[in-house]
Amino acid sequence: MSDTVTFKIKRQNTAESSPYWENFVIPYIPNSNVISCLMDIQTKPENSKGEKVAPVVWESNCLEEVCGSCTMVINGKVHQACSALIDKLEKPITLEPMSKFPVIRDLIVDRSRMFEALKKVQAWVTADGYHDLGPGDRESQSIQEVAYKLSECMTCGCCVEACPQYTQKNNFLGAAAISQARLFNMHHTGKNITDQRLDTLMQEGGISDCGNAQNCVEVCPKSIPLTESIAEIGRQVSGKIWRNIFKA
Amino acid sequence: MSKQRVIVVGGGLAGLAAAMKIAELGTSVLLVSFQPVKRSHSVCAQGGINGAVNIKGEGDSPDIHFYDTVKGGDFLANQPLCKDMCHHAPYIINLMDRLGVTFNRTPEGNLDFRRFGGTLYHRTAFAGATTGQQLLYALDEQVRHFEVQGIVEKMEWHEYLGAVLNNDGRCVGAVIHNLRTGEIMALKGDAVILATGGPGLVYGRSTNSMVCTGTATTSAYLQGAKYGNGEFIQIHPSAIPGRDKLRLMSESARGEGGRIWVPRKAGDSRSPKDIPEKERFYFLEERYPLYGNLVPRDVGAREIYDICVNEGLGVKGEMKVYLDLTHHTPEFLDRRLGGILETYEKFTGVDPRVEPMEIFPAVHYSMGGIWTDYTPTSDGLIDYQSPNNQMTSITGLYAAGEADYQYHGGNRLGANSLLSCIYTGLMMSPGVINYIKNLPEAAEDHPQKVFDDATTQWQERFSDINKMNGSENPYSLHRELAEQMITNVLIVRQNINLEATLDKINEFESRWKNITCLDTTDWSNPVPSFINQLWNMIQLSKVITKGALMRDEFRGSHYKPEFDLKQPDDFKPETYLEFEKQKSAGNLNGSAFDQQHLAYMKRFAENNEKWLKTTIAEYKNGTSGSEGGPEISYEDVDTSLISPRPRKYN
Repeated sequence: MSDTVTFKIKRQNTAESSPYWENFVIPYIPNSNVISCLMDIQTKPENSKGEKVAPVVWESNCLEEVCGSCTMVINGKVHQACSALIDKLEKPITLEPMSKFPVIRDLIVDRSRMFEALKKVQAWVTADGYHDLGPGDRESQSIQEVAYKLSECMTCGCCVEACPQYTQKNNFLGAAAISQARLFNMHHTGKNITDQRLDTLMQEGGISDCGNAQNCVEVCPKSIPLTESIAEIGRQVSGKIWRNIFKA
Repeated sequence: MSKQRVIVVGGGLAGLAAAMKIAELGTSVLLVSFQPVKRSHSVCAQGGINGAVNIKGEGDSPDIHFYDTVKGGDFLANQPLCKDMCHHAPYIINLMDRLGVTFNRTPEGNLDFRRFGGTLYHRTAFAGATTGQQLLYALDEQVRHFEVQGIVEKMEWHEYLGAVLNNDGRCVGAVIHNLRTGEIMALKGDAVILATGGPGLVYGRSTNSMVCTGTATTSAYLQGAKYGNGEFIQIHPSAIPGRDKLRLMSESARGEGGRIWVPRKAGDSRSPKDIPEKERFYFLEERYPLYGNLVPRDVGAREIYDICVNEGLGVKGEMKVYLDLTHHTPEFLDRRLGGILETYEKFTGVDPRVEPMEIFPAVHYSMGGIWTDYTPTSDGLIDYQSPNNQMTSITGLYAAGEADYQYHGGNRLGANSLLSCIYTGLMMSPGVINYIKNLPEAAEDHPQKVFDDATTQWQERFSDINKMNGSENPYSLHRELAEQMITNVLIVRQNINLEATLDKINEFESRWKNITCLDTTDWSNPVPSFINQLWNMIQLSKVITKGALMRDEFRGSHYKPEFDLKQPDDFKPETYLEFEKQKSAGNLNGSAFDQQHLAYMKRFAENNEKWLKTTIAEYKNGTSGSEGGPEISYEDVDTSLISPRPRKYN
């Protein structure tokens, strides 16, 4: 085992400037993840040529794969940097920012489009107020298990990074937002605005933009059944189209 | 009066609950957050949220929850707040259910509840093992709805630097730092709520997220706000070692039957599965037959320390013990604990459904925080209309959630943090609105100079940081600070080490001035921000360490062996109530008690007389051979509802 690890990192100083690659060689420590290696670079910010450079900039928070912050492209695959253990990665290790979002700096991208998509699909329950209105409805264990899985989505961006249909030039809502629409359409009171959600999903950028590549479900770090969600929303949209035809 | 608004800093459970409630009551909210609020540290909370709903028909009630909370905190919490919180807990769980949280269910479809530490009841509602994440998402969704309606405005990627104070010392806004452009600006707000979480990063690696530097609350302290009970830092018994952070292994693993053990033979090198039952030491079950593996966290952490350090029985001679779930079926474990078992497997490569986990204690939570006020009613609950609730000692500056010092006393019970965060956010909101409605003038009507001066002060501060060109690396200096704190201000505290640590911290403070600002560009540059955070972490470490040095007793998470009152093994806490009764009636009959018990009770009463008090730290310039530091005083605790008595869990 080598006593150092080389990282090839795609860097970019500002949103407008051109990207460039920079290599860093750091001491190998067993059981490290990518984040702890980036932290090591902070304590000695020198590239492989021995030049002092600005420390690499990345986004992270929880470091246990529940916040979604530290998503990046590691050896060509989109993943959270916290749960990427270097002992399981081919060396040298390459790190790149996600390609489907505007780069802010180095490994930080702007994922606000994903949060805007949650607004568009109205991913919330409409409440009469936050005072004491007693308990909510009872729910079966089997439905809870489906809903719980969907509600683990941390808006990390893996699904849309892997999606061939999601580009910086179009306005596809993406698998994460479609799956959230399914979650709220199955909730006792969340379903009261199912029609509005489906209206959005029937428009440009909605369900019909999915090309059925099924990459999303393969890269989801939480194993959320995204293709099932897309299929379910597809059925709901078809149903609504038929209802509209008969109403007309 | 001009249009008014409230600035909420922090988008975890407390901040979002406050934003949501204030928006519901019709007042505009500006929500400032270091990052997208959906990524806040509350997502890390795993096991659940407490509320005495009594679904299991065990006779649980909010009053028992209140008692467990106060006892768990070793009587250091102000009781009306705890009582009000526990009485509102069932409502809060119902509310979160209505808002779409995917709580686990019983076969009949009711909310399911599990056991947690420090109680004998099934009182913890849970959504798998990612309850904090699920609660946070539900609040995030409500706030997003208000954002669409224009009542809440979000400023993500902004860091709070300090409060804007007017000539009367009243808070009229906040200075914030745009983490993308580097711009520093003052925002006008009629009240500012700090819901900025805890300070785990003072200890470097902890179970906390990377944003948990305590910078915002420390800034309030440096501006004159009182800081309460700083020395009370919770060490969670079960975490997974890691180089970048110590990942939490939820107490719910034990709530669902997980058993803690070590091999009876020191240095036993066999695989845990090869060690037969009779050669395993289930030390918590043996020492605490009643609570077993579900003793409160302070007790659990101390016992693990004792087993590993004093008895030398740690797994493979290290500071580690086994947490064993392998007696359950994988199906049961996946349904009830899925998230955390995946985390363990992902980060260690070992499947906890098959092999016992190796865990150890780690810094987890700060019971201490910014001092906040409250107004009780005559029946020992809280007057929701009072503007004093959750207000710091700076008028108009509020604190909520882990950022404040209330609710948990000397030790927090598991699954009470999610409760206290949502509770404070909701509870304080009517009072905050009453406060701003009765102000003589709106923040908007203040002279611009008040805001410009505050902006200039912080711009100069950051300009100075950018010019720093010494030889110290700020990230390495942070590691050194953390090492000191981990070594000397953790589970077992000794005055001689605490004194040495204070000297060391002053040395770090001098070395801070010799830092080099590694990156001086003005776009999305975290370095100047981190250097400022490090300064605040150094200041807060003084509050924690000095508070610990001065508190010569053993209470809750603050353990000084030198001052252990040595409770006799056969002592029953009820005896103390009789002792107190006789004593206060002036007819103490010494011969009615076992003499050892009597001597212990006298020690206990004397100790409470002296130390059953809130530690208050106030920043003073140029004290104790440094730039400035905490001056410590003590304040009485409201124990009017449950009389203090010795804790016992066996």
